[in-house]
Amino acid sequence: MTNIGLIISFLVIGVGLLWLFILALKGREVDRRIIFIFIGLAVSVPLLFRISFSEKATPIVRDVFYKIENLPEGSNILLSYDYGPSMAPEVEPMSNAFLRHALAKNHKVFIMCLWATGQSLIATAIDSIIKREFPEKINGVDYINIGFKAGGQGVLNVIITDFRKMYLTDVDGVNLDSVPIFKGIKSLKDMDLLISIGGGFPGVKEWILFAGAPGNIPTAGGSAAVAAPLLYPYYPKQMVGLLGGIKGAAEYESELKKVYPQFANMPTPGIAMMGPQTLAHLVVMAFIVIGNIAFFVNRRRKP
Amino acid sequence: MKKQVPLTITFIVGVVLILSVFFPPVETWGEDFSLFFDIIAVFAFFLGGGNLIRVHTERIAKKKKDWGFSIITILGFLIMLAAGLFKLWNPGDISADVAATGSLFQLLYDWMFNPLGATMYSLLAFYVASASYRAFRAKNRDATILLIAAFIILLGRTPLGMYATGWIPESFSVLQIPNLAIWVMTSPNLAGQRAIMIGIALGVVAMSLRLILGVERTYLGMDID
Amino acid sequence: MDCTGKSQKYTYIAILTLFLSLLLIISSANAVNSEVLVEDTTSAFIPNAPTYVTATDYKYDRGESAIVKWQLSSDDNSTGKITGYEIFRSEADADNFVSIGVVLPGENSFRDKSTENGVSYIYGVVTLYNGRTSQMVLSEPITPGTEIVNWNLLNLFIIGLLIAGSVIFFITHAKRGKKLFIRKIAGLEAIDEAIGRATEMGRPILFIPGINDMDDVQTIAGITLLGRVAKVVADYDIKINMPVARSIVMTVGRETIKEAYVSAGRPDAYSDDMVHYITDEQFGYVAAVDGIMVREKPATCFYLGAFFAESLILAETGNSVGAIQIAGTAMPAQLPFFVAACDYTLIGEELFAASAYLSNEPKQLGSLKGQDVGKFMAMMAIALGVFGATIAEAWGGSFFIWLDEFMHRLFTITN
Repeated sequence: MTNIGLIISFLVIGVGLLWLFILALKGREVDRRIIFIFIGLAVSVPLLFRISFSEKATPIVRDVFYKIENLPEGSNILLSYDYGPSMAPEVEPMSNAFLRHALAKNHKVFIMCLWATGQSLIATAIDSIIKREFPEKINGVDYINIGFKAGGQGVLNVIITDFRKMYLTDVDGVNLDSVPIFKGIKSLKDMDLLISIGGGFPGVKEWILFAGAPGNIPTAGGSAAVAAPLLYPYYPKQMVGLLGGIKGAAEYESELKKVYPQFANMPTPGIAMMGPQTLAHLVVMAFIVIGNIAFFVNRRRKP
Repeated sequence: MKKQVPLTITFIVGVVLILSVFFPPVETWGEDFSLFFDIIAVFAFFLGGGNLIRVHTERIAKKKKDWGFSIITILGFLIMLAAGLFKLWNPGDISADVAATGSLFQLLYDWMFNPLGATMYSLLAFYVASASYRAFRAKNRDATILLIAAFIILLGRTPLGMYATGWIPESFSVLQIPNLAIWVMTSPNLAGQRAIMIGIALGVVAMSLRLILGVERTYLGMDID
Repeated sequence: MDCTGKSQKYTYIAILTLFLSLLLIISSANAVNSEVLVEDTTSAFIPNAPTYVTATDYKYDRGESAIVKWQLSSDDNSTGKITGYEIFRSEADADNFVSIGVVLPGENSFRDKSTENGVSYIYGVVTLYNGRTSQMVLSEPITPGTEIVNWNLLNLFIIGLLIAGSVIFFITHAKRGKKLFIRKIAGLEAIDEAIGRATEMGRPILFIPGINDMDDVQTIAGITLLGRVAKVVADYDIKINMPVARSIVMTVGRETIKEAYVSAGRPDAYSDDMVHYITDEQFGYVAAVDGIMVREKPATCFYLGAFFAESLILAETGNSVGAIQIAGTAMPAQLPFFVAACDYTLIGEELFAASAYLSNEPKQLGSLKGQDVGKFMAMMAIALGVFGATIAEAWGGSFFIWLDEFMHRLFTITN
């Protein structure tokens, strides 16, 4: 299926671009509707025929991966779902990858969110990832969902010293003192790694400023591509690493598949979306080249 | 008088909002003025909604061009309003959460509103391509530098960037395209953004002073000549 | 019988017994302490209390905060012997201490943000260890009060005063008739040409004031430009269409355009339908505006205000219908899209300068000069700060370290 898809896409897009290139040599500009058709093909063909590319993790992503990988088994990892449905297509691959990795390493996963819209996304993640792929994991022993509390960084200011001043129970109403996973856990300082996933406010930056840095707790992030540049200055001192956009998610998924053979067949939406993104970027670059050729040809022709 | 009253209100509110930052006893006044604006904006919803209904009703009545779309607009407005106001199909009663699971409001939100919004948002993918085609021309030196940066970012955000430059040794890893893309975003791009933000902040200060002091009055319809 | 001798003997025995008991007590106390020093996990371990607990009114607020400070417990020596400190508070005339916060080991201060102005409080601090607490050490009573001035913001006030002062100075200076040089802004020079194009083609003008409300200064800047545009529109008798996303903006827009028509001597040509409300929802609004553009094919489109993700959709649609587009926004993330897709773009501060530029009034132009002084100050501060930080990091030197720290303190707001 992939081979047919590759052939079709190369034929259609490649030949089409070649034709436009020849037209550009003659000084003809491209109608924008043709550009739309090519973009539509560039996005849909890789999705339909599952064209994907292998990824190699950049250092900023690798550092997060190996931080989780090198933590002793049973370490405490906190995942914060700080995003809503509109950002989910971009950052959900990251949150799923983090969840799989942490559970595969038998770490204890504490799940919460600073966005109200994160609650339903956590529920979806638990149903689709934990219950389906890790049925042996027990709620309250291997993972726990303590849900949402309003207040943004105010929540972090409290739980940096005492979880129970903000959270008395988990989302199911079970007292934290009666769940084994919370035994010996008093505050965020008892976490071995904090991971915030999101691209808005409050988000990764607030976790760094109000939890990671003051509590000296290793902090990593997963962010939408548009918000990632503002977070790069925190790497590597205040932030262990960062997954920026769908590319970061794809890199992490590829690293996960490489190190954990049991994930060979796991859904990899990050890698899957890199197919359309790669092809679309190539098409855009091709059109930029074609446009410049037409521009220079026309400029030369003008007296 | 008609113009003096709004100018006076602007001056008083502007000065109080500035003072509320530096003088704690009047800190709540600044918060109160912001709340006043929010309350006025809520009442203004009726103005906007009423205007929408009036404009489209007139189009339907006079059978102006494309009046059929006005029917859809008014139907959509009324159905959504009724669904939220009267909690239609809501598992709870009239005081229940308007977006409760199974309510008509939540169904319309999930099955019509969200997909329509996502559809409009998806137009950006196409429009970015056509805008890039038109805009990234190497007309001069600055445009050429922009073009090169665009290529680096476009390649850097795909695996091809690593394929093309993965052979570069680790000691020169900054020249690998993905790392170069990160450098472009975090150094020149961020520096330029911050410079623009400083200019914007100063522009806001100057504009606000003009408004508070009454030097700028065009928004009241004055000094238009 | 020698009673005196016997009583002396008993006295000596009593004194000796007492002395031995004291020795025993002292040595056992040391033994307990040394046991604690050696083995922290004994069930009997009670951490040492902090010392010198003081409470002061937090400056500068309305009596809503107090600062509690203490000297660290002698057991707080970063070996994990204690788990933190807990702070308690009671009103001074009542003995009802309640816990108000917990801090980590190593921390020696806490800010209580829930005090009431004029009420006296006493604070107590205890050391924590695995559910056990030390003795509570109390502070003297304090009464938080309101300070008139927030001196923490003195830096901000001085910088603000310098910038605002220069704006006001140049406004007054310009009133005296001194000509000020303002560079050409292409987008603003093109407004007349753009409106003239609409007149020639007989097609309307579309004016979009952004999607934020009137409390955003960008929207106000857009509306001030609307006044100037509307005046020319009224003079040339062109149709203007202004769909808005906020009801208050609709009201203000109507007033502005009506006044423009009145000042042009054509009040009868004005209609309320020129400004109409669409929806507050971002993509619903842009869908409606796109529809208007495709159906009415405006000759000129103005995008002046606050925009978000819809900026490129608007600009590309306007380009597709062949309109000349002039955009202006102070949203840095949207500027690249407008620059790529529009004919002219007012970048950030140019949007705010537009009204002054177009009016050509000395008072307004003077404010632009004052803005430039602010920019000059920012450039000098950046240069000094970067210079000081770089030299301090690379070579040290007490002056450069001081310069680096001074610049940090100058531009740090503590509140």
